Amino acid sequence: MRPSPARLLNILVPVKRAVDYSVKIRVNPQQTGIDTNVKHSMNPFDEIAVEEAIRMRERLPPGTVKHIKAISIGPPKALDVLRTALAVGADSAAHVALPENAPAPEPLAIAKTLASYINIQNSDPAKVEKDGKVDVVILGKQAIDDDLGVTGQMLAGLLGWGQATFASKVEVDVGKNEVVVTREIDGGAEEVRCRLPVVITTDLRLNEPRYASLPNIMKAKKKPVEKLSPSDLGIDYTPQLTTLRVTEPPKRVGGGKVGSVEELVERLKDAGITGV
Amino acid sequence: MLRAKATTTSRALLPARHQLLKKFRARTIRTSAVRLNGGAPFDPKAIERAEDEVDVCIVGGGPAGLSAAIRLKQLEREKGNEIRVVVLEKGSEIGSHVLSGAVIEPRALDELIPEWRTMADHPLTQPATSSKMLFLTKNMSLPIPHPPQMGNKGNYIVSLSQFTRWLAQVAENEYGVEIYPGFAGAQLLLSDSPDATDNWGRKVRSVRGVVTNEVGLTKEFRMKGSFEPGMAFRAKVTLLAEGAHGSLAKQAIQHYDLRREAEPQTYAIGLKEVWRVDPSQYNAGTVQHFLGWPLDSQTYGGGWVYHMDDGLVSLGLVVALDYKNPYMSPYRELQKMKHHPFFRALLEGGERVGYGARVLTEGGYQSLPKLAFPGGALLGCSAGVVNIAKIKGTHNAMKSGMLAAESAWEAVQAKAKNAEAAEAEEGGETTGPPTDMTGYDTAFHNSWVRDDLYEVRNLRPSFGTQLGIWGGIVYSGIDSLLLKGRVPWTFKHHRPANAADAMTDGTSSLDSALTERAEKHSPIEYPPFEPPLSTDLMTSVALTGTNHAEDQPVHLRVVKTRDFVRATQGLNGDGATVNAAVGAGVGAVRAEAEVGAATEADVEEERRRREEHVRVNVGEYAGLLERACPAGVYEYVDVEGEGSSEGTWNGKKLVINSQNCIHCKLCDIKVPTQDITWTVPEGSGGPKYTVT
Repeated sequence: MRPSPARLLNILVPVKRAVDYSVKIRVNPQQTGIDTNVKHSMNPFDEIAVEEAIRMRERLPPGTVKHIKAISIGPPKALDVLRTALAVGADSAAHVALPENAPAPEPLAIAKTLASYINIQNSDPAKVEKDGKVDVVILGKQAIDDDLGVTGQMLAGLLGWGQATFASKVEVDVGKNEVVVTREIDGGAEEVRCRLPVVITTDLRLNEPRYASLPNIMKAKKKPVEKLSPSDLGIDYTPQLTTLRVTEPPKRVGGGKVGSVEELVERLKDAGITGV
Repeated sequence: MLRAKATTTSRALLPARHQLLKKFRARTIRTSAVRLNGGAPFDPKAIERAEDEVDVCIVGGGPAGLSAAIRLKQLEREKGNEIRVVVLEKGSEIGSHVLSGAVIEPRALDELIPEWRTMADHPLTQPATSSKMLFLTKNMSLPIPHPPQMGNKGNYIVSLSQFTRWLAQVAENEYGVEIYPGFAGAQLLLSDSPDATDNWGRKVRSVRGVVTNEVGLTKEFRMKGSFEPGMAFRAKVTLLAEGAHGSLAKQAIQHYDLRREAEPQTYAIGLKEVWRVDPSQYNAGTVQHFLGWPLDSQTYGGGWVYHMDDGLVSLGLVVALDYKNPYMSPYRELQKMKHHPFFRALLEGGERVGYGARVLTEGGYQSLPKLAFPGGALLGCSAGVVNIAKIKGTHNAMKSGMLAAESAWEAVQAKAKNAEAAEAEEGGETTGPPTDMTGYDTAFHNSWVRDDLYEVRNLRPSFGTQLGIWGGIVYSGIDSLLLKGRVPWTFKHHRPANAADAMTDGTSSLDSALTERAEKHSPIEYPPFEPPLSTDLMTSVALTGTNHAEDQPVHLRVVKTRDFVRATQGLNGDGATVNAAVGAGVGAVRAEAEVGAATEADVEEERRRREEHVRVNVGEYAGLLERACPAGVYEYVDVEGEGSSEGTWNGKKLVINSQNCIHCKLCDIKVPTQDITWTVPEGSGGPKYTVT
């Protein structure tokens, strides 16, 4: 009989419903943000996060990963994104429902929500009995519509957990209660060893997400989705930041052609560029 | 080889009643991706598919398909018998592949959902306030009278994409229809042996459902780690609602010879842009149609401008696909049209927010095929229900969906009764005879849809004579204003002098046969682009949001449809081979040959077919597809040397940039060699229309 692992993992995967990657983003007429009447889908980095959670379950001995839960904070339509996560292999989902036309929540509010949720989970004896405390939070490094890239780090700070961001490789050692993460940094890669519990944010090279097959999508419709409201978690989503204006970048002006090297040097001199 | 574990049967997914009817052996594929020996070729005969059973499977989540789904669920409520309805949609969400003008007549919506006006969020917020027709010359726009059918009292200007999204929301939330976007109906599931008689008394295999697209194949037809075979939906009734020139509809028409007694279908391409115009130019509810410039007198078509809700303007150009000059580019014609003073003024200070294109049917009444085949039926524009005088078809499409639903309901109830009786008798499992949808065909021809199309049936053909659009205008004026179609004759669509091969099978298009050789015409000098008013093609295509997952089989197959159906359904020779890669390129067919799904002769045939395609298209038609495709998919490029393995001719080869495809279907219809068969790519690809 194999001895049961020292710790069973309970993984939380926050996912965001963001503007789809193939949509051409446009500034809205009021210049306060982008036109959101476009296709949305799960943030690609979050897809990678969900995939990594499932691969952890496949790589580690069976039963090590006790539970994978996806959570999203957003309008009613965020449910679609949770269903996708369920279809790909998450066990359950939670939805913190914001009103349809509320302003987009800010990263700090999201981080506080997740921290609050995790603390509620970890302090409820019944839940801890069933699935254990939340050990790993794995989320995308940034959302592709706002490109802010701070939620994971803020969450780690609020929880007081270690963080391994921009992960391109994740190795879990349950026996030693730690995780070794290869991070993408300017100029190469860095390996960090973190004790559990830990917050990991995913980068592009971590994995290639699988497709949700139709039979699994059908089954996902029946998986449970916990519904929560902001008041359940005691979070205020009033924006702390005011966006003054959003504009498109200035249009590129055409270049010019030069006839000879001498002309090129002349033009460079005119533009104020001197030799070193 | 993919191994499936029968972890759960799909019994959990069937309503209790259905479990009585059959002892169903289903396999479900496990969630985790099975690791394969990296890159084994796809063997269509050796894969195991997940299966599920439904009562009605609807291919296509557009107005017709969704109306059918809603109507079925309404009958379920009225009559009390459960019915499982599944809608498959190849777009990433409902509405992402929907593009139309559009001014809709709410007649069918009033019948389907009478209370729609009281529903929050309904999209019919902009009534049409006027209807004008203008004749354009290079510099002027002259008002002219229009057919009375074009009047717009009681109609609404909408984005059909948004309308469809709303309808889907109603279907899912109010009626419990199962809608699966991102999954394309890729293949018809035929019965194992001929078990039905078709409209012509022949013994044929019936349609027993639909198989969705496989996912995770490389361009060379090898299985990636993420490979998942398509799922098979066994359905009592299969409704094809794929819109104009649907891919499965085309195969059904070919297989069951549904066009035997009908005129061939004729088409037009509609290229559309949506602009946010300067408020000074915006006049909500305005509807304008244009004839004349930039099209010449031999080309049928015209432009439109509709002022939608919320400061947006829909504009575009419809060009009939029977145009003769292979040098014509419908895209360049649209951009040229915008240089007209009328459009310049309208679009000054505006911003373009959308672009797209889609073919529409123009054949009308004469081109309606037989609508029913054993086990299913054609709905909406898959049959072809656009009224070209009104330039509207949504009302007809929705009504056809409702009628089909009513017949399908009857058919499903009858099958259930027979099955119970048979089980009681034999005490065993029976699949029973296929459902008969001919009641729908009859109901269609007794409905107002038929009358709607009948009245205007002679208008479009009247434009096909030597007198070009002038003859058409004169005849249509008389017919639509005075006679209203109450004449004893029904014109046929204009045939070319040498109809020949063009009309021998039900799927070669008449439009392609009317294209003349390049030697009879000269290249057209289009004006240079003037951004931001008019832009190059790739800038426009970026606005469609189209994309397809990389490294998947090319979905535009270079093979005639009748050969495609034979090869993929295993109807060649003794049925030993099922060449799923036919038309996808020599490399792909070679992979199939490795696993015995195709023969060496098939590989050579593939190369020869491609060479022939390039020879005729480049040699005789100056590479028509390069100019015609509104997304820049096709290119005829130079290669070194001749006779390479991929099928080149005279130093040219065909390059298909299938990732750009916006699913308009023009290539399938217009290619002079009629050897492009449009098939579905992996689901979720294609454009992401929201305001079109």
